[in-house]
Amino acid sequence: MSTRASTSTGQRSASQADGDHDGNRPPVIAVSALTKRYGEVEAVRGIDLAVHAGETFGFLGPNGAGKTTTIKILCTLAKATSGTATVASFDTATQRDAVRRNIGLVFQDTTLDGYLTAEQNLRFHAELYGVPKEAVQPRMRQVLDMVGLWDRKDGLVSTYSGGMQRRLEIARGLLHAPHVLFLDEPTVGLDPQTRLSIWAYINELKAREDITIFLTTHYMDEAEHCDRIAIIDHGKIVAIDTPEALKASVGKDRVQIHTADDQAAIVALAANFGIEAAVHDGALTFSVAGGEQFVPRLFTELGVPIRSVSVSRPSLDDVFMSYTGKTIRDAEASGTDPMRQMAAHMRGRR
Amino acid sequence: MVTDTVTPAAESAVVDSIRVAGPAGGRRHDLRAISIVWRRELIRFRSDRLRAVTSLVQPVLFLFILGTGLSTLARRGMPPGVDFKTFIYPGVLAMSVLFTSIFSAGSIVWDREFGFLREMLVAPVSRASIVIGKCLGGATIATFQGIIFLALAGFAHVPYNPVLLLALVGELLLLSFTLTAFGVMMAARITQFQAFMALTQMLVMPLFFLSGALYPLSGLPSWLTILTRIDPLTYVVGPMRHAVFSHLSVPASAQHLLAPGLTWGGWPVPVWLSLGIVAVMGLAMMEIAIAQFRKTE
Repeated sequence: MSTRASTSTGQRSASQADGDHDGNRPPVIAVSALTKRYGEVEAVRGIDLAVHAGETFGFLGPNGAGKTTTIKILCTLAKATSGTATVASFDTATQRDAVRRNIGLVFQDTTLDGYLTAEQNLRFHAELYGVPKEAVQPRMRQVLDMVGLWDRKDGLVSTYSGGMQRRLEIARGLLHAPHVLFLDEPTVGLDPQTRLSIWAYINELKAREDITIFLTTHYMDEAEHCDRIAIIDHGKIVAIDTPEALKASVGKDRVQIHTADDQAAIVALAANFGIEAAVHDGALTFSVAGGEQFVPRLFTELGVPIRSVSVSRPSLDDVFMSYTGKTIRDAEASGTDPMRQMAAHMRGRR
Repeated sequence: MVTDTVTPAAESAVVDSIRVAGPAGGRRHDLRAISIVWRRELIRFRSDRLRAVTSLVQPVLFLFILGTGLSTLARRGMPPGVDFKTFIYPGVLAMSVLFTSIFSAGSIVWDREFGFLREMLVAPVSRASIVIGKCLGGATIATFQGIIFLALAGFAHVPYNPVLLLALVGELLLLSFTLTAFGVMMAARITQFQAFMALTQMLVMPLFFLSGALYPLSGLPSWLTILTRIDPLTYVVGPMRHAVFSHLSVPASAQHLLAPGLTWGGWPVPVWLSLGIVAVMGLAMMEIAIAQFRKTE
């Protein structure tokens, strides 16, 4: 189907941003030393990355990490403070219209006109993007079929559910057959079932369209759908690789325990095993190699009554934690970060 | 380092997708963009009948309630055979497009709040074509609104003369365009709909009252004379009243009293210059709006 790089070793440095690909085709998205300041706040602090044709590339990080700012620069909606970015070999700063013709966009917040029907929304888009007149009707049918909305095309968009609106936006983003589809938090605000169905549609369109997908998310499970992901925190990429390789790079299992006295257990873990533990999401959490073999030792040697134990294989959550020292939920809860506050403020304003 | 590469030819056989060739851009593309932005305004106006009715309420009140109420008082100053309603009709006609034009520009603020503006601003078209489409759209629906009010001309003893009606429609179109451009210029800066409403409410009534819609422009105190000459609406209401009175069979003295024509310190401003001023103002404000929408973060 699509070309994809499968690296087996965990490469941690961001200088490996190019991934591993046949060097013949230039990257569809190339970003180099990109920074963006809003007054005093540095939203993006030097990002390098390359995304290749046919890839699904995910940007993973907490709210306010710089994901949306980067996507806005790539979509020509914001100007970089320094550094360069090209999309489909066009410079995002100097060849804006060429970039725009080659990208499709689905934003976090809806950009549909609720007073128009689905078909009218698509027709508006086709005219603005200069889709050849004879191609509009068949292409419209094609993209609406793809997201299962063809028989609802005459309905007013304001009568659509949240999931249907998101599907319609994806269809609209594809209407002018872009080379890159940007999805900024494509499933945010949707219930779990609808999120799954959106992903089913995204996977389907990957099978049918020759397209590169660049998405941002702060859901760990969604990042698993990507061929490669970049973990971004505080405006910097801290890791970039395939999900498998990133998980393998952690190498440890995650153990979560509930004890009678968490503070005593933290002390005991440090003293008896040399393990650093902390309370995350309501449970005492730590990472250890060979987690299942470790559990019997834990019971005999901890010295603090244990109520329950769970051991899990490393997930992207653990990857995020091993690179940033916190879970993604912790990162979002710390509202003291000025950039995060600003991000929340800007979302409210839009 | 394994890449299961599929050759592009084989891939396109699997992918039954219609490759839409990248548009070349250029003037035809811009025209398509202007046209679709314009058409969207019409579609939305058509689906919003309530707005069409409610925006007629105010001019109808002015013409029939205020007009009839004041006519007993005004009769003493009016030349015989001329109804006060006939006198204020051109000004109230201008008013009938005032709110619709500015509010249709206000939909930009609305679009910004609901996100649709972004769909337009990320498209590979010049910002100019979006702004032009918006100005023409607002002008069209406001003129349409004016035409509905024009149908009531008979109640104010204004004759349904085709030449007169055509002249009035043309003047309404010009006025609507300039007012929409003014609204779009403001909407480029204002991010909240409430703020936009408050600001337009604050500006619209002075514009109307200073235009000479309800009183003749001659023999006013000098401070008011100056203010009326600054109001752009004056330069449309004047020619419209002139057009109406030149199609009435009233004595020259009555016409001289009620529709004396616009003067600058005694110099009579010709109709073409009057309308030209309005057109230039509209174009200038549209140009400012385009410049504001071109700014990137």
